Amino acid sequence: MDSYAILKLVWAAILGILFIGLGTMVGMDMGVGTLLRFVGRNDGERRTALNIVGPHWDGNQVWFILGGGAIFAAFPTLYATSFSVFYVVMILLLFSMILRPVAFEYRSKADSRHWRASWDVAFLVSGTLPMFIYGAAFGNVLEGVGYHFGWTGQYYQDESFLSYLVNPFAILCGLMSVALSVYQGGVMLMLRSEEPIHGRARRYAMRGGVAAAALFAIGGVWISRLNGFRLTDANPGMPANPIQGQHVTVSMGGWLENFHAHPALWLIPLLGIACMLLGTLMVRADRPVLAWWIGAGSWACTIGTVGTAMFPFLMPSATMPDQSLTIWNSTASAYGLACMLVVAAIFVPIILSYTSWCYYVMRGKVRTADVIHDTHSY
Amino acid sequence: MELINPDVVDLSRFQFALTALYHFMFVPLTLGLTFMLAAMETVYVVTGRQIYKDMAQFWGKLFGINFAIGVATGITMEFEFGTNWSMYSRFFGDMFGTPLAIEGLMAFFMESTFVGLMFFGWDRLSRPAHLAITYLVALGSNLSALWILVANASMNMPEGAHFDPDTMRMQFDSVVKVIFNPDAQAKFVHTSVAGYVSAAMFVMGISAFYILRGQHKAFAARSFRMAALFGIISTVAVITLGDVLGRLDYEHQPTKIAAIEGLWHTSKPPFEPWLAFALPDDARQENHLEIGVPFVLTPLVAHSFDTPITGMTELEEQAGPHIASGIQALSALRRYGQGHDPADLAQFRAHEADMGFGFLAMRHAPGQDVTAISAAEMDSVVRQTEPDILPNVFVTFWSFRIMVFLSLWFFAVFALSAYVSLTNRLERNRLLLKLCMWSIPLPILATEFGWITAEAGRQPWTVFNRLPTFLSASSHGVGYMIFSLAGFALLYSTFIAAELFLMFKYARLGPDHGAHGAQGPHLTVAHDRKDAFSIASSLSS
Repeated sequence: MDSYAILKLVWAAILGILFIGLGTMVGMDMGVGTLLRFVGRNDGERRTALNIVGPHWDGNQVWFILGGGAIFAAFPTLYATSFSVFYVVMILLLFSMILRPVAFEYRSKADSRHWRASWDVAFLVSGTLPMFIYGAAFGNVLEGVGYHFGWTGQYYQDESFLSYLVNPFAILCGLMSVALSVYQGGVMLMLRSEEPIHGRARRYAMRGGVAAAALFAIGGVWISRLNGFRLTDANPGMPANPIQGQHVTVSMGGWLENFHAHPALWLIPLLGIACMLLGTLMVRADRPVLAWWIGAGSWACTIGTVGTAMFPFLMPSATMPDQSLTIWNSTASAYGLACMLVVAAIFVPIILSYTSWCYYVMRGKVRTADVIHDTHSY
Repeated sequence: MELINPDVVDLSRFQFALTALYHFMFVPLTLGLTFMLAAMETVYVVTGRQIYKDMAQFWGKLFGINFAIGVATGITMEFEFGTNWSMYSRFFGDMFGTPLAIEGLMAFFMESTFVGLMFFGWDRLSRPAHLAITYLVALGSNLSALWILVANASMNMPEGAHFDPDTMRMQFDSVVKVIFNPDAQAKFVHTSVAGYVSAAMFVMGISAFYILRGQHKAFAARSFRMAALFGIISTVAVITLGDVLGRLDYEHQPTKIAAIEGLWHTSKPPFEPWLAFALPDDARQENHLEIGVPFVLTPLVAHSFDTPITGMTELEEQAGPHIASGIQALSALRRYGQGHDPADLAQFRAHEADMGFGFLAMRHAPGQDVTAISAAEMDSVVRQTEPDILPNVFVTFWSFRIMVFLSLWFFAVFALSAYVSLTNRLERNRLLLKLCMWSIPLPILATEFGWITAEAGRQPWTVFNRLPTFLSASSHGVGYMIFSLAGFALLYSTFIAAELFLMFKYARLGPDHGAHGAQGPHLTVAHDRKDAFSIASSLSS
């Protein structure tokens, strides 16, 4: 395999890690947003919940920004095409993502009940909707998307937005993503809160974990009845251009063929189910630290399962399968990928160390009485 | 193939301009205030005087209100290249995506992570550690601007990439050329320093408001003086770097500089006047009601007394052969894509440099297909395409002038304020204080017009001389655009209402209210007990 193909593979793996980080870290904050009105029965309790993620949500959100940036830089064709064909949901995702920073900063800066109640609704929407869309996007991509390319490289959409908005399989994936985020958010609240928030968060985290395991299992059965895509001939080192150069076949259950070819890969989805169930047990046993890491494991196995099933596809085209976007035909140039790899190798360790240090500085329980009197808090 | 819908292109441009200008109402304050906060906190750490901590915390609160919307609306920008400029992102993403991703890794992550500690960490960190955090936030936000402007410069002066017929896009080939693009360097300093001007005017204006009302005197006078000095230095820098940028445009984007100066015909040095006023008429290609200052244009633009500056009419004529050659390049490219015939590749290579002009001619080709242009039609297509190389002159001319006239106003206000403040006669100059207050939004306005000058002047290109704007947009329907525009209008209006409400609320409350660290035993750390307001605030909490 030539070096360009290896670079493409490395970046596909990095994309997977970013998706896992995004699910875990952003999902956790989103889960807190979703649960805000349920774990906090009065204003002080809600502020406590908000301040648990208060010092970190901004840094966590960068996983999301960075995910977008990495797709743009390493998979420009995927970025250009997916963001445009999913226009309606992308715009909705964007609206809910820009609502969150403002909600955090503004909610507690005025005393009016209406003001705070409105921002609480903003938290609910901006916590639930993005996670739903995140999961649903994976569902839609698994089913194949209707688009093709013209000779200049411009994409053309071949299906109405309703087909990806009202899609039962995508809705299932969306719900699963919300369930995982409720689990992770609940666990984070348990980590840094006291009663009564702690107990409520624990109940919701358990429900989230069980729901995620159930939806994941249903999705697994469902996918064997879906059309999957197979690459019949392609050169991994090909120039990154989706217009021509590969052949694709479509068959029912095709997404399971990678698993059939390498049975050891079944371990990934099995481990995923195991993580979701074991995590729920850890929440029940009131071991939030362990439950948090097992939750991260659930995300890793979920993304890993989707990635294994689809490999090497990134976004198959249902209407012109030969122009499907794959790891081989939609990356940046070899030079661009190598450059970005060097930059990532330098900065990711730095980022991880200062992020951990920030958690260390802000460690400890957040108490409602402190939050109410601290003028810096949210 | 599907035809380009000009309405969708216009709506996409309108949406991008709206969201970019909106985002940039908040960015300049973030860029400047972080450094002013760091300066205030430095004085606090060095002298240990409580008043400087109060200053850092009070201005920090206003910074936070502003910062939130800046971050939020920045996400829009990252999305929009993909959601609305698909062809641009595919064509240029290999190169353009890299600085954006580096921005995320190097700057945005740092700024976003540490801003949490800056607000929450006052009582958990030692004084020097907290100061270091504040500096890291300032460094992060300014590095972020650096990488965004590196990306922007690559659109204006595409260097470090070449077109590849096998991938049908610009391939990134030199990170050094991208980073050391002269346009990027000058633009970064010009833009970030413009942010410092905005922040200085903001702090000076609000301080003037307190002095006018006789409130928080010691606090306001110190803030005012610091801001005035910061402002005068920044204004001088912004004007100097503006001149450097103008010089670069003169060398690399002659259409932009000719449009900025409303120069329809090549200049006649040395007499050629600099137009202080004119009404450029794009349709008839002439100016009405010109008022100019003789002998100024040539030295201002060309930095010499005898170099003629090429006018727009002449630039159009010069573009003719490039358009004809570009059509050859594009036709060959299309045939090469279908048959991979080396002869087509050779023809493409011969005309490669003009490919962008071929794209520009697509709009006037039969069925938007350049291969369908017959020999007889060629001349008429070229002639129809020629005027397309010019930006909208009225917009470029006036946005530049508004920016320049405003910067001269800032210079006057800061110079006078610094003088009056240093001679301790502030309270008697109520008119000056009122002018400072009313000038708060003006630097932000000037920055917005700066963006319009740079980007409207870049038209008709998204990637200068390589990819036209009309070809860059996603192939959406009008319905999609109405949906997103309505959403942005609703959301952004709500945001600005909430932000102004909070800004006015906290600015009126002043530093007495809630500017202290977490309440409790450490409250008594206030050393400077002589400062009345610090005692008052300990009592009120």
